[in-house]
Amino acid sequence: MEPVVELKNLTHVYVNDREASLAVEGLNLTVYPGEFISLVGPSGCGKTTILSMIAGLLHPTNGEVLVYGRKVGGPSPDVGYMLQQDYLFPWRTILQNAAIGLEVTGRLQRESMDHLTQLLDEMGLEGTGGLYPQQLSGGMRQRVALVRTLSTDPGLLLLDEPFSALDYQTKLQLEDLIAGTLREKNKTAILVTHDLSEAVAVSDRVILLGKNPGRIRRTFEVPGHIRETQPFYARKEEGFNELFHEIWREMETEED
Amino acid sequence: MNSVLRSDEVIRRDRSSSLDALHQAHLRRQRKLRAQVLSVQMAILVLFFALWEVAGRLKWIDVLLFSYPSKVFAQIWKDAVSGELWGHLGVTVGETVVGFLLGTIVGTLLAVLIWWSPFLSKVLDPYMVVFNSMPKVALGPIFIVMFGAGFMAITITTLSITVIVTTLVVYNAFKEVDPNLVKVVRTFGGTRRQIFNQVILPASFPTIISTLKVNVGMAWVGVIVGEFLVAKIGLGYLIIYGFQVFNFTLVLASLIIIAVVATAMYQLVVYIERKLLAHRQ
Repeated sequence: MEPVVELKNLTHVYVNDREASLAVEGLNLTVYPGEFISLVGPSGCGKTTILSMIAGLLHPTNGEVLVYGRKVGGPSPDVGYMLQQDYLFPWRTILQNAAIGLEVTGRLQRESMDHLTQLLDEMGLEGTGGLYPQQLSGGMRQRVALVRTLSTDPGLLLLDEPFSALDYQTKLQLEDLIAGTLREKNKTAILVTHDLSEAVAVSDRVILLGKNPGRIRRTFEVPGHIRETQPFYARKEEGFNELFHEIWREMETEED
Repeated sequence: MNSVLRSDEVIRRDRSSSLDALHQAHLRRQRKLRAQVLSVQMAILVLFFALWEVAGRLKWIDVLLFSYPSKVFAQIWKDAVSGELWGHLGVTVGETVVGFLLGTIVGTLLAVLIWWSPFLSKVLDPYMVVFNSMPKVALGPIFIVMFGAGFMAITITTLSITVIVTTLVVYNAFKEVDPNLVKVVRTFGGTRRQIFNQVILPASFPTIISTLKVNVGMAWVGVIVGEFLVAKIGLGYLIIYGFQVFNFTLVLASLIIIAVVATAMYQLVVYIERKLLAHRQ
């Protein structure tokens, strides 16, 4: 199976007036089609940096990023990116917000708009197309952001803590919705999160990163029966707590 | 069963009527407060003009210098009826509108240019600071020589006052747009032009509109000063002329007209702002 993402000896250095600091060093990772991967680790371990490089928003200082076998030179519509907050444009309606990706990539046609309306309906947002973002709740807004990300039909989704700004209940609902949607549409996903239980609940593999500089410390495989369960119920599955604590302990040992 | 239902209905009706009563009371208080503010405002205005009138008539103040309201309004009435006022008013309002629209447009375009090229922005920075802190009115004589004593020189004087401030304010607004909104467009592979059109410009639109408000005031300063320097027509000219012939009633009449028209223009901009930004609130 041809991998979706390959990171080869990936290194990134942030340079500013004061210093040049190593954010990520010598990272190797391969992600296969349909996989859901989580990157977890302490702050400053370069999680978002890695995501930005895969998205083509940042260029690696060394090493390479391959997406679908091609070297990443810049952002592409094949890769969807979901941010920590919805960042909907307050001057656009919900439908116009969801359509921004199609507009930017010059694919704004009748069929694509119909498809978009259908996606909004699927996400439980029927009838909101003409409203403005400030009329929607936080959870609904983040669902619009998901539709916006899916609009260009990317095969790979990069999720940069998309649940972190939501209240607990909404977060759990959205985890189920996003995990379910991505599985159903057979997307590949890389999730960055602070929340270990979220990582275990939604993903197939959890990758623990270490800091100074960012590198992979350990990879945890999530057992099949937890993977196949909806995130909300996965938390009650056998073995969930054990895995959660194992990752937790591993993370703690480095903090010292 | 039936009576239980009815009592539920009664409770609901009671609750909604008590909520309604609270809301009505709140509205009444608000109305009363507004009426009080307005009546005190009117009282101050009336008192001011009455005191001025009395002081003038009883010679508590130098009438030659300060005139008094009935004389001032008689002057305005006379000029309005004879038609002399309208020419002056028209020219001044024309210059102000042109100066303020052009100032906003040119200032915004300059801000766009600077945003487009960060290098240019760095290069121009000290020049803008110097030009901004300098009293531009001092350039008036140069503009008169360059453009002749008339409409053009006055408009340029006004522009010299409005453009740079607009540029600085709008450019700052461009820079302060949430980088995450820009990131949304960048993740789709958006070009710099798309980022500008889809994010930077619409996000800064409220700031651009509010610079219009500032520029109304600025444009009036520019136009009146410009007219002081060169004009043969306009409200600024009337002030200078009144001053030269020691007709301070004319000076005060011109000031009152400027106050009224400038306020009207400002309110118009506020109205337009509210219309354009209606759904953003």
